[in-house]
Amino acid sequence: MQATRRKPGGRLQGSFLYRDNTVGYVFAAPFIISFLALTMVPMGLSLYYSFCTYKIAADPVWIGLKNYADLMRDATFGNSLLVTIQYVVIGVPLKLIFALLIAVLLTKPTRAQGLYRAVYYIPSLIGGSVAVALVWKQLFGSRGPIVTLIKALGVKGFNFFGSTTWAFVPLVLCNAWQFGSSMLIFASGLKQISKEYYEAAEIDGANAVKRFFRITLPILSPIILFNLIMQLISGFMTFTQAQIITDGGPNYATNYIALNIFKEGFAYQHMGYACAQSWIMLLIMAAVTGIIFKTSSSWTFYES
Amino acid sequence: MHRKRIARDVIYHIFVIAFGLLMVYPVLWMILSSFKMKSEILGNNAPFLPSVWVFENYPNGWQGSGSLTFATYFRNSIIVTCLGTLGTVLSSTMVSYGLARIRFIGRQFWFTAMIMTMLLPGQVLMIPQYIIWNRLGLVGTFIPLILPKFLGWPFFIYMMMQFIRGLPKELDEAAMIDGCNKYSIFSRVILPLLGPSIITTIVISFYWIWDDYMGPLLYLSKPALYTVSLAIKGFADAQGTNFGPMFAMSSLSLIPVFLLFLFFNRYLMDGVTAGAVKG
Repeated sequence: MQATRRKPGGRLQGSFLYRDNTVGYVFAAPFIISFLALTMVPMGLSLYYSFCTYKIAADPVWIGLKNYADLMRDATFGNSLLVTIQYVVIGVPLKLIFALLIAVLLTKPTRAQGLYRAVYYIPSLIGGSVAVALVWKQLFGSRGPIVTLIKALGVKGFNFFGSTTWAFVPLVLCNAWQFGSSMLIFASGLKQISKEYYEAAEIDGANAVKRFFRITLPILSPIILFNLIMQLISGFMTFTQAQIITDGGPNYATNYIALNIFKEGFAYQHMGYACAQSWIMLLIMAAVTGIIFKTSSSWTFYES
Repeated sequence: MHRKRIARDVIYHIFVIAFGLLMVYPVLWMILSSFKMKSEILGNNAPFLPSVWVFENYPNGWQGSGSLTFATYFRNSIIVTCLGTLGTVLSSTMVSYGLARIRFIGRQFWFTAMIMTMLLPGQVLMIPQYIIWNRLGLVGTFIPLILPKFLGWPFFIYMMMQFIRGLPKELDEAAMIDGCNKYSIFSRVILPLLGPSIITTIVISFYWIWDDYMGPLLYLSKPALYTVSLAIKGFADAQGTNFGPMFAMSSLSLIPVFLLFLFFNRYLMDGVTAGAVKG
């Protein structure tokens, strides 16, 4: 508690308005309001609706666990989970490996370093936009330059978006292409690694590859953990690119969970059912994140 | 020895530049396509550069597909993005100061709540939030897109908190002795020092809001309120295979983001990393 003190002007510093508790809540008020009104209330509602059948025009009707029971038998939902997991398991490591390798590549101090970093950051800047999604759709489309190149190499009749096997590839690439922010985070971690470690290792005769695996990776591990968690969350919830580029097709091959929830909720007006899907998704994500955090102590390394 | 090093440097730069070009190729392809005739954009014989530079795609695209032109959509995007960015900066500086510098009862709880919110994917809440805005009769207005930004954005709050924690506490104490209270310390001491962090927030929140597609898709049902991202999607659907004007408008839509990045690139590079590494 701060003691009551008089300012030169004579105003009471210790009056209610100036107490730490008051000041703290005044400054934190915007977040507290949004946390209650835009996070907690919606979560409570969502949980309630997940036990109801609900169309936006009518009142929700309680149906108990029926939505969850239906989910167990819903092949479209099951498929959504599977393709989302496929997207995350392939896409996230690809993006992080990419980000780390480029970050290491750009540690070399040259006069163009800043320019290179800026250029490699451009995809992150615009990658989430509709413009890029539309470009991607044509770039990888059946008459676009990439497919033209693949055909020129002798693969006949190849088509990304017509194939349930290959349709996810352009989406994964679009995500990996936006490696810029992860790259910057790795780069600043790399900057903090003491040169002495490398010098000592070099004297001991360790080559570049060995130095990378024995020094760089362990010291970066907390940052890898941070990037991994952030990318997992955004990967699980990918929406814009899939909605515009493939709209979930062909034959649900890229019908990722956020897209499926959106369609259930807004196109088919199954809002209660869509809320139940959100909760299953949230539980899966919480479990995955939790497992990673729990096991992280065995593979992350903190300098003492 | 010396020669070998130069050779290695040259190879390094060639590799980095070549790979960089590959990375910006999709953007180049979009811009070049916006200057091409329809027949040169796709297909086996599509040239890299337009054989004839066609500028009509821009005025043709600007007309839009319905009765509204892109002037309306750009105006809408500018309103939503500028107000949203302003709100983000105001609220996030306030909250970050409160959580980082003031010792109040419940601070730890609200900090944890903030981190949880940051990790919570927004898509999980899209349906109940939509229902709430709908009940309030605000679907079909800009308010669901703008108002939440005035209530703090956890990602930026966290980033600014890391920044404030790096400022010496002695500054606050000295200001106290000079007669400042906790409010004027914020406005006279912390806020001026937050500059780099504020610029980072402006750039990132600007391009996140500008690029946002899901929010406008949910809340803006009337074409007169469409933002650029929503309008381009609608335009692409309406135009079918007439890609020139679509790429022209897509290119235009990225210009504000590029300009901002060009001006503030240096701050951004430092700012993005501050939160993650010090934490």
